[in-house]
Amino acid sequence: MLDGALSAAVALVRRLGAATIDGVTRLGYATRFFVAVVAHTPAAFRRLHLTLREIYFSGVLSLIIILVSGLFVGMVLALQGYDVLTRYGADESLGVLVALSLVRELGPVVAGLLFASRAGSAITAEIGLMKATEQISAMEMMAVDPLARVVAPRFWGGVVSMPLLAALFSTLGIFGAYLVGVKLIGIDPGAFWGNMQSAVDFRDDVVNGVIKSFVFGAAVSLIAVFEGYDAKPTAEGVSTATTRTVVESSLAILALDFVLTVFMFHGVHA
Amino acid sequence: MTTVADSAAAAPSAVAPEIFVELDAVTFGYDARTILDGITMRIPRGKVVAIMGGSGCGKTTILRLIGGQIAPRAGRVTVAGQAVHDLDRDELFALRRKFGMLFQFGALFTDMSVYENVAFAMREHTDLPEELIRDLVLMKLNAVGLRGAAQLMPSELSGGMARRVALARAIALDPMLVMYDEPFAGLDPISLGVVGQLIRRLNDALGITSVVVTHDVYESLKIVDYLYFVSQGRIVAEGTPAEVRGSADMFVRQFVDGEPDGPVPFHYPARGYREELLANA
Repeated sequence: MLDGALSAAVALVRRLGAATIDGVTRLGYATRFFVAVVAHTPAAFRRLHLTLREIYFSGVLSLIIILVSGLFVGMVLALQGYDVLTRYGADESLGVLVALSLVRELGPVVAGLLFASRAGSAITAEIGLMKATEQISAMEMMAVDPLARVVAPRFWGGVVSMPLLAALFSTLGIFGAYLVGVKLIGIDPGAFWGNMQSAVDFRDDVVNGVIKSFVFGAAVSLIAVFEGYDAKPTAEGVSTATTRTVVESSLAILALDFVLTVFMFHGVHA
Repeated sequence: MTTVADSAAAAPSAVAPEIFVELDAVTFGYDARTILDGITMRIPRGKVVAIMGGSGCGKTTILRLIGGQIAPRAGRVTVAGQAVHDLDRDELFALRRKFGMLFQFGALFTDMSVYENVAFAMREHTDLPEELIRDLVLMKLNAVGLRGAAQLMPSELSGGMARRVALARAIALDPMLVMYDEPFAGLDPISLGVVGQLIRRLNDALGITSVVVTHDVYESLKIVDYLYFVSQGRIVAEGTPAEVRGSADMFVRQFVDGEPDGPVPFHYPARGYREELLANA
């Protein structure tokens, strides 16, 4: 009885240890991969059209989902916000509530999650399939480094696209809130825009939001290219890698959001 | 840091000028599993040499060793006088510019047209003007009979056409060595004959050296100068096509005649059939 419990505990510790070692090894590998991608960046930028093409695929082709989602999120935020604010007679602060929520949090985070699902998964699947169909090997045998030709342009394409997409998400969200708050409910447009203008600080709100979306873009892009490059060259391997990209990216965005918010937090004002 | 010249000079087994690729007692494996066990082969310049053997016998591993994608556990792989695994990254890439490789299913870049696939290496490694690249691409495509398919995408090609485009891409920079990984796999008889003849004709016309990894014995016997037979990581037979046809070696006979059982057993190793059937009786 005691022996059985002991061996089960040992097995549990062993599994935990193996998973920890595996996780740390993978993290180390990903870090070295990131360094290699950065080191190959000058070579990738010498053929700038490759990065511009990836900005098109990651950014421009994600526009529909980002713009439509932003519009609806803004409209819902206006309805919910008005419902609460009106209880305190503060319905004219709707513009402030929506703008701060979107610019500081929802814009970068929701755009990041959508970006991971739309562009991150596509990048992983593309690189994984290139590996499975020996296109990566073919490139290496042609003395062309796939890190410079395939990986770095996709990474930087994502890093550049993400802050722009987050900004557009917030913009459409504010427009959606305007439609609902001003046009539908009838809040005074002067109060809506005026309060927003005076309450939203460029450095503390807008710039911090841009920093967040930049960090999320870098995290999602790195996870996407790494998972694609590290995928097992089989149909199942590519499918697993794509799933991992979406899951890891989403968790990374939420965790990084907390860390960044802690650093950007100005303390509790009594 | 070792330079290309140093590596060549330091090579203990300085190859004879007519030998372009040499594997000297090469051993390779993953963890406890041995894939290649003491392989020695010499591939003369200008010849078409086939490496034959059943699936999973280590044939493709030999190509990857020659291309420097993996390093041997023991032994030496020498190409054009340079020990491949002693080269640093830049030297290896410089050597690979003299290679062409045709992968099993072509490995064409699926986001590029046939034209762009063939032009890829030229754009990456040369500063040739666009007009010259265009002429060279059309010449290479003409050599494989697919000049008219220049604007098609890889998804629009049949298996045989994709293999020919990949061949045009492999010879784009006029390589000294072309490696073919299962060039005949999955082709219809006409495409098979076309690819076989192209390998031979291009080899002779361009003065290149060709290494063909295949298990298609009849097609190979028609076009190659020399054959190595690999089984379980070792070279079990070798010779010219005429020697192979007349060989009494049991492995060669089984391979050439397509016998299901012989030195390469039909059954995967297992305990006794009767013993296993009666185990639960």
